[in-house]
Amino acid sequence: MSSIENTLETNSHRHRDDVGAKMGMWLFLFTEVLLFGGMFLVYAVYRFQYPEQFHLAGMELNTTIGTINTIILLTSSLTVAMAITALQKGNKFLSTVLLSLTIVFALVFMVNKYFEWSAKINHGIYPGSKELLEKQNGEILFFGLYYIMTGLHAFHIVIGIILLSVILAFIIRDKIVSNDLVKLENTGLYWHLVDLIWIFLFPLFYLIQ
Amino acid sequence: MANGTIALNGKSFYEEGTTKAKSGIFAWILSTDHKRIGLMYLTAIAFFFSVAVIIGIFMRLELISPGKTIMEAQTYNSLFTLHGVIMIFLFIIPGIPAVFGNFFLPLQIGAKDVAFPRLNLLSFWIYIIGAIFVLVSLVLPGGPIDTGWTFYIPYSVRTGSNVSLAIFAAFILGFSSILTGLNFVTTVHRMRAPGMGWFKMPLFVWSTYATAWIQIIATPVIGITILLVIIERFFGVGIFDPALGGDPILYQHMFWIYSHPAVYIMILPAMGVVSEIIPTFSRRTIFGYRAIAMSSLAIAFVGYLVWAHHMFTSGMSDMARIIFSLLTFIVALPSGVKVFNWVATMYKGSIDPKPPFLWVMAFIFLFSIGGLTGLVLGSLATDIHLHDTYFVVAHFHYVMFGGTGTIFFAALYYWFPKMFGKMYNIRVANIGVALFFIAFNMLYFPKFILGYMGMPRRYYDYLPEFSGWQLVSTIGSWLMLIALTIVIWNIVYSIFHGKKSTQNPWGGVTLEWHTTSPPPLENFEEIPIVTHEPYDFSQLEEMKNE
Repeated sequence: MSSIENTLETNSHRHRDDVGAKMGMWLFLFTEVLLFGGMFLVYAVYRFQYPEQFHLAGMELNTTIGTINTIILLTSSLTVAMAITALQKGNKFLSTVLLSLTIVFALVFMVNKYFEWSAKINHGIYPGSKELLEKQNGEILFFGLYYIMTGLHAFHIVIGIILLSVILAFIIRDKIVSNDLVKLENTGLYWHLVDLIWIFLFPLFYLIQ
Repeated sequence: MANGTIALNGKSFYEEGTTKAKSGIFAWILSTDHKRIGLMYLTAIAFFFSVAVIIGIFMRLELISPGKTIMEAQTYNSLFTLHGVIMIFLFIIPGIPAVFGNFFLPLQIGAKDVAFPRLNLLSFWIYIIGAIFVLVSLVLPGGPIDTGWTFYIPYSVRTGSNVSLAIFAAFILGFSSILTGLNFVTTVHRMRAPGMGWFKMPLFVWSTYATAWIQIIATPVIGITILLVIIERFFGVGIFDPALGGDPILYQHMFWIYSHPAVYIMILPAMGVVSEIIPTFSRRTIFGYRAIAMSSLAIAFVGYLVWAHHMFTSGMSDMARIIFSLLTFIVALPSGVKVFNWVATMYKGSIDPKPPFLWVMAFIFLFSIGGLTGLVLGSLATDIHLHDTYFVVAHFHYVMFGGTGTIFFAALYYWFPKMFGKMYNIRVANIGVALFFIAFNMLYFPKFILGYMGMPRRYYDYLPEFSGWQLVSTIGSWLMLIALTIVIWNIVYSIFHGKKSTQNPWGGVTLEWHTTSPPPLENFEEIPIVTHEPYDFSQLEEMKNE
């Protein structure tokens, strides 16, 4: 309660409220979970309907690339968390290095994704392709969901890269500093969510063989 | 505080803004002031409401007699779709929260603004962009969307009309709704004035809070559903296509998982406004404050679990149908709790039937008819007979237009003096309500009868035996046009030529009446300290000395 009074006593029209800012971010992440939740629902329905065919289709995914990407994304979550701690402790240089590292990991993830998708497309497996349409219904749906869900996730990675880059520029220009870093923390929260969603996507597509 | 329109040492928010530009259009469209954003929403929403009303008038004109009257069948298909899309996504869903929530939520909790003022402005702009997408989809080759506002698969994938663009507009508007929702939740949690505990919040704040949660929880599901339809149209993935193993009924489930809670997004804020107006004009504290507050949350929660009652004839197991029917009956209970509490509030009150109160009376009558016919549709046996008939159309218009639409005007007539510092013509306002009420019943009640007789919804043509009631309904639509013209003209005229209003013309006691009309930029001369219950009318005497 006292913090509410403090925030209200400031005079500017735009007040600073870090707890509020984080609350807003958590609510937003909640909507993201529900957005993907709709897809997980569709996945659950069709997996229940076609268990064998999902199993069969899952064999065609490259578990190695999937595993590497999982490790990359988990590590990038670690680096962004460390970047926050570094800045909290006042070490701006280390924070920028760790944040840059996070961006590099994200880019590597996207490059892997590119090779993975283009390999599939070269094999003629994409929505509406002749080869895919010759497969059984469950397999068609599996690959449809694979493209939609990993695609939506990759889109979130791209947004994340943009966000992280903007935040990096803010830190370099001292617009985000050790006692005012809620923007960095919120971006970190977003990045953890993107990571978390991948943690669910990975076993659902790559490990159901 | 003074009685005039200008605060003691300050200016009203019209004279002082948050932007560098002191006046002109940029002082509005770049303003982060929640009051200006609310008024911008009001302008945009009034525009789209008028457009959809005109479309509705043309639809009714086409239906005045069997066969072709003024338009082709395809045009009619597009018109009923547009009427639905505009009314729902551009008027009723944002309606009360975006206009009155924006303007009065911070005022009622004694805050200077919402938690994220810039995000608030962004929500407004996203709304405008979504609206532009809708308008662009009308003129591009392919023709306006003709699927009905429910965008049901498989037709929405197969038709050549501009479905993708129009539903992407709904996706964008959903984004705006989510951002407004999370802004309001954070505002209520973080910005309440000192002394305002949860159970000292006005009930409009409670209902807006519950609404904001539904906006956050339900809207992402329609977002992903819309994306799936667009992906189906472009790539033919097969998620909803039986030929590829998909299931069209799954689309209906996903659509209604959002769109049923969405009707509570539409009605809950209206119920909040009713809970404000009734105590003020009865001079009596609200009966069952906690029951009303908690019933809002109960509606938000149970309303999330009743979606499949839109699909009783679509193909579901009997067990699922019985459960969803039962839940539908349960969700009617909190609405009943509210209605009885409102009526109990008036009992032994000192009732002052000013126009806002009359609008609320119209609401209680119309909404009760709408609510009770909802139970007829929620019962499995009767729904088989009435599903997809005019009965559904009538029910929906009684709850949405008779409910939310009526209360939109009630809120406008209640808070108008606070928003503009002016007063409208009371006599003309009374005539407006009366005519609206007559026109409404003439326009929509015949639809109950037509539906019961078997007239299907969305049909361009009909059998001769329906023509009598169709004619009555069309004449009702003309009366409605006259009523709305009077109601809206009174407001528009009074903004420019109305008499000056005092700070508290109705004798309300919630916090917005403690500040000047119109309020200063930061709402209060000093942040109020809340000591009273929200509807404690004993403070009226001390307020006179403010």
